[in-house]
Amino acid sequence: MKQFIMEHTYEVKAGDYVVAGEASSSIKGLLKKLGISGDIVRRMAIAAYEAEMNLVIHSEGGHLILKISPAELLLISQDEGPGIPDIDLAMEEGYSTAPDEAREMGFGAGMGLANIKRCADEFNIKSSVGIGTKVEVKIYI
Amino acid sequence: MNIMDVVECIEGNVLTSNVNMERDVEYGYACDLLSHVMANCSHNSVWVTVQTHLNIVAVASLLDISCIVIPESIKVDSEVLNRAKEEEIVIISTELNTFEICGRLYDMGIEPCE
Repeated sequence: MKQFIMEHTYEVKAGDYVVAGEASSSIKGLLKKLGISGDIVRRMAIAAYEAEMNLVIHSEGGHLILKISPAELLLISQDEGPGIPDIDLAMEEGYSTAPDEAREMGFGAGMGLANIKRCADEFNIKSSVGIGTKVEVKIYI
Repeated sequence: MNIMDVVECIEGNVLTSNVNMERDVEYGYACDLLSHVMANCSHNSVWVTVQTHLNIVAVASLLDISCIVIPESIKVDSEVLNRAKEEEIVIISTELNTFEICGRLYDMGIEPCE
């Protein structure tokens, strides 16, 4: 069992584009303060932002949880639905179910999950329709 | 090259007062889809976009982008400018379109993001 020395939870509301990005900004600020190297901070900031925007655009609300141990960072995105029917399709770059409102703002390029995976040393996604989606991103320090 | 040089090169108008204009600018990127920017835009870069909502500040801040350039004199709300000042992100407006902005900056030695 890895021991996590720090854990923070950030609530992310569905459809709230005005404050969207605040959780990932907090995560980035915290990691910088802890003196974690720039490349790792950047990768976690990108993963957190994409996960946060997925919660804003696609979910019915959820949380980002950041766990920090001396060896690794773990980001968990957990939502309250609606769940993803076909994860392989959702992972494909360019595939998006974002509404027009989000696309007009430059979201919905269909790259969010792929970007998260690219930033991660370990990536895991589980989803059940009607229940919710959980994404785990591990980055080694 | 720093932000002041960028402003001069593209005949820009700085919309964010009291933000450090001497920050280095090494790379450039132009795109309006935020996930492409998240995936490909380097730190210390100038980002050209027609998007003017609050999230461009979050993206720029998360990636340590030096400045955002808004083409074709598109209006930017004061709420966005205030957030940019808080995050120390410079926003520059210019009459030029994206194509010309990129051409001029490329000529000046700004490199594409890696």
